[in-house]
Amino acid sequence: MSRVTLITPKSPPPAPPPQDLYAKRKQIYPKLAHGKFRTVKWVAMAGMLGIYYLVPWLRWDRGAGVPDQAVLADFAGERFFFFGIEIWPQEAYYLAGLMILAALGLFLVTSLFGRVWCGYACPQTVWTDLYIWVERAFEGDRAARMRLDAKPVSFNKAWRKVGKHAVWLLIAFVTGGAFILYFHDAQMIAQTFFIGEAPLSAYWFAAILTGTTYALAGTMREQVCTYLCPWPRIQAALTDEHALNVTYRYDRGEPRGPHRKGESWEGRGDCIDCKQCVQVCPMGIDIRDGAQLECIHCALCIDACDEMMKKVERPTGLIAYDTDIAVARRAAGMPAQYRLIRARTVLYAALMVAIAVLMAWGLLNRGTFEVNVLKDRSPPYVRLSGGDVRNGYTLKLVNKSGEAREMSLEANGIDGLELEVIGLEATEAGRIFLPVAAHGVDRYRIFVTVPQETAGGRDHFTLLLQDTATGELHGNRTSFMAPGD
Amino acid sequence: MSEHHKDIDQPTGVETTGHEWDGIKELNNPLPRWWLYIWYGTIAFSIGYMVVMPAIPALPGLGTNTRGLAGQSDRIAVAEQVESLRSQRSASGAALLTASLEEIETDRELQQFAMASGESAFGDNCATCHGAGGRGAKGYPTLADDSWLWSGTLEGIEYTLQHGIRHEEDADTRFSLMPAFGRDRLLERQQIDDVVNHVLSLSGREVDEAASKRGADIFAAQCASCHGANGTGDRTVGAPNLTDDIWVFGGEYRDVYNTVYNARNAHMPAWGERLDEATIKSLAVYVHSLGGGE
Repeated sequence: MSRVTLITPKSPPPAPPPQDLYAKRKQIYPKLAHGKFRTVKWVAMAGMLGIYYLVPWLRWDRGAGVPDQAVLADFAGERFFFFGIEIWPQEAYYLAGLMILAALGLFLVTSLFGRVWCGYACPQTVWTDLYIWVERAFEGDRAARMRLDAKPVSFNKAWRKVGKHAVWLLIAFVTGGAFILYFHDAQMIAQTFFIGEAPLSAYWFAAILTGTTYALAGTMREQVCTYLCPWPRIQAALTDEHALNVTYRYDRGEPRGPHRKGESWEGRGDCIDCKQCVQVCPMGIDIRDGAQLECIHCALCIDACDEMMKKVERPTGLIAYDTDIAVARRAAGMPAQYRLIRARTVLYAALMVAIAVLMAWGLLNRGTFEVNVLKDRSPPYVRLSGGDVRNGYTLKLVNKSGEAREMSLEANGIDGLELEVIGLEATEAGRIFLPVAAHGVDRYRIFVTVPQETAGGRDHFTLLLQDTATGELHGNRTSFMAPGD
Repeated sequence: MSEHHKDIDQPTGVETTGHEWDGIKELNNPLPRWWLYIWYGTIAFSIGYMVVMPAIPALPGLGTNTRGLAGQSDRIAVAEQVESLRSQRSASGAALLTASLEEIETDRELQQFAMASGESAFGDNCATCHGAGGRGAKGYPTLADDSWLWSGTLEGIEYTLQHGIRHEEDADTRFSLMPAFGRDRLLERQQIDDVVNHVLSLSGREVDEAASKRGADIFAAQCASCHGANGTGDRTVGAPNLTDDIWVFGGEYRDVYNTVYNARNAHMPAWGERLDEATIKSLAVYVHSLGGGE
C-alpha cells in the first residue's frame, strides 16, 4: 500500500491560458542621437572599419620567396606574418598569449568601465551601426521609418527597401571579401577572385561572411547580443558595484514625471519621462530599469538625455557613466565614492603586464636558428662487425631567417668518436658543412660511431654547429647508447 | 483568449505558463520565433539531405544502402583519392625511375622523396621481420649494421629486394643451400661439437682448444668452400662472415650447434612481384641509408 496521499484540490486548477511560447521579434527603430558619445562612436567606427579594410594592403618586404604582406595568416605556407614578426606553427603559443592578453584586457576594461567592448568595439555593434546609418539614409529617422513600415506597399516604399538591402548586401560582400584578404596575398586574391581563379576556400569564406554580416547586422541586430552572445552572461561575473556603467541616476531622477515649462522642480526628480533614452536605444530597452543583460553600454542614451536636460535647463548627466555604489550612496544622503583601484583591477592589470613582458621577452630573444637532434629509437644502437658501436640520429635544422646558411658540424665528447652525415663528405679537419635553406627546415641523417674500447652504457657527446658566415654557435648535448651498463 | 486572466509572477514581472507544482510556477520566457524557424529549417534540410546523400541503411532485400541523388560513397571517394595520390606520386616516381640509384642518393630533392616513400614502404612491408629502422631480430638480419650476407651496395640491395632470397618462384633469386650436417648424417655429433668450437674461436671466443683444433680440419673440408678458409664468408653465395661478432641466428654455442646440425637457409620474398619499381628503388635508398650502405 502506498504511503503517499494524494491531495485533491477543492476546485480544479484553472486551465492554463493559451499563450505563445515563441516571441516574434519586435522591430526596433533607434533614433539618431547627437552628442559626444555619438561622435566618439562615429570616429571609432571609421577607425576600426579603416583598419579592417586597409591592413591587408600594407606591404612589408621580407626578401625573395616570402610573402610581402604585412599581416597575413598563410595556411598553405604554415606561417603567420605580422609586420616584422614571423610566427611558425610550433610558436602558436604567441597567438595563445595574444588571446589571453585580449581576454584579460576585456576583463580589466569591463571591471573599470563596464561593457566598453560591446558598446564601441564589437564588430556586431560597429556593423549594426553602419547598417542603421544606411537604413537612415534610405528610410529616414525613427519616426519616418515607423511610418514607412506601417504603409502599404508602394513605389516609394519599394525603392527605399530594395536600395537599403542592396547596399547592405554590398557592405556584407565587401566585409566577407576583406576577410579572405588576411589569408591570401591581397593583390593576388583581389585579381583572381573576380575571374573565378581564386581557391575554393576563398569563395566559401567570402560567402559565409557575406551571409553572416547581412543577417547579423541587418536583420538580427540586438538579438545577436541577447540570444547568441555569451559575453553578456560572462560580464555579470566581472562587473561589480564599483564598475562604471551606463547608469540612470535614480537618486536624481525620481520621482519622474512630465514637466511643463515654468513649473517648479521642487519635490520631484529631474526625469521628465520624455522617453528619448528609450527611443535612441539600439537594444530597445529602458535604461531607467537599471543594469540589464541587454544593455551594451553604447552610451547613446546619455547623449539623448543630456540634450533634453539642456532644453529643460537642468544639469546634464542624469544618465551617465556611474557606479551602483555611488548612486546608492547619494540616494542615502552620503557622498559618492569611486574606487578604480580594486583587487580585481590590480590583478588583471598585473597579469596583463606580466604576460606582455613575457611575450615581448620571448619575441626579442627568440633565435632565428634551431637545432633539434632526434635519436633513433629503433635500433637504439648497432654493433658493427669490427665491434664498434654506432648510433643513428636525425638532425633537424630550422632556419627562420631570410638568409640561406651553411653550418659547419663537428662532434666531440667521447674518445675516438667518429661522425658521418649521409650524402655529405667531411673535410680533412673532420668538419662537415651542412647547407640550410632560408625560411625552412632541413633534415640530415647522421651516424656517430664510438670504438669498442670507449663505448659502454649511456654516454653523452656534443654536436657543435657553427654558422660559417656569422660564427653563430649552437651546441646540442645528446646521448649515445651502447650495450653494457 | 482574453477571458483568461494573465498570471504574472510578482518578483520578476514575467507571465507564467500556468503550470504549478507545490507553489512553484513555471515562468514563460518565450524563445525568439526565429529560433523555432531554424529548427524547422534543420528538419527541411535533413529531408533534403536524405534525398541527396546516402541516408537509409541497407534494408532486407535492398542489398545495399540508398545512394542518394549525389551518389556519394566514401569508399569510392577514398579510392579516387588514392588514385590521384598515385598519379601525383608518379611524377616524382617517374624521376626515380629514370635516375640511377647513385643519382637519387646524391640529388637532395630526390633523396628526400625516396627516403620518405622508402620509410613508409619499409614500415608496411619490411619492418614485420627486420624491425623498425632495420634493427633486425633473431633469424632476420639487422640492416643497420655493416655486415651483409649478400650485398650492401645500392644495386645489391635493390637486387635482393627485387628477387628475394631463396624465393624459388623467382628464377633470379639469390640462392644457396647449406647442408644440414647433423640431420643428414654428414657429420657425427662429436664432429659437430668440434667444428662449432672452431667456428666460435674465429671471433675470438674462449673455446675448448683441443676440440677447436680437431674442428679446424673438419672446417677446412666441409665449410671453407663457402665460408672461406679463414671463415670470412663469401657474399656471392650469401655465406656469412664467421669472424665477426654478428650472428643472425644467435652466437651462443647451442645456436651455432643448431645451425650446423639443421642448417638455416632463411627466405625472403621477391618484392618485385608486389611492389612497383619506384618503391623498390626508394626502399633500396632507404635501407642503404640505415647505416650499412656500402
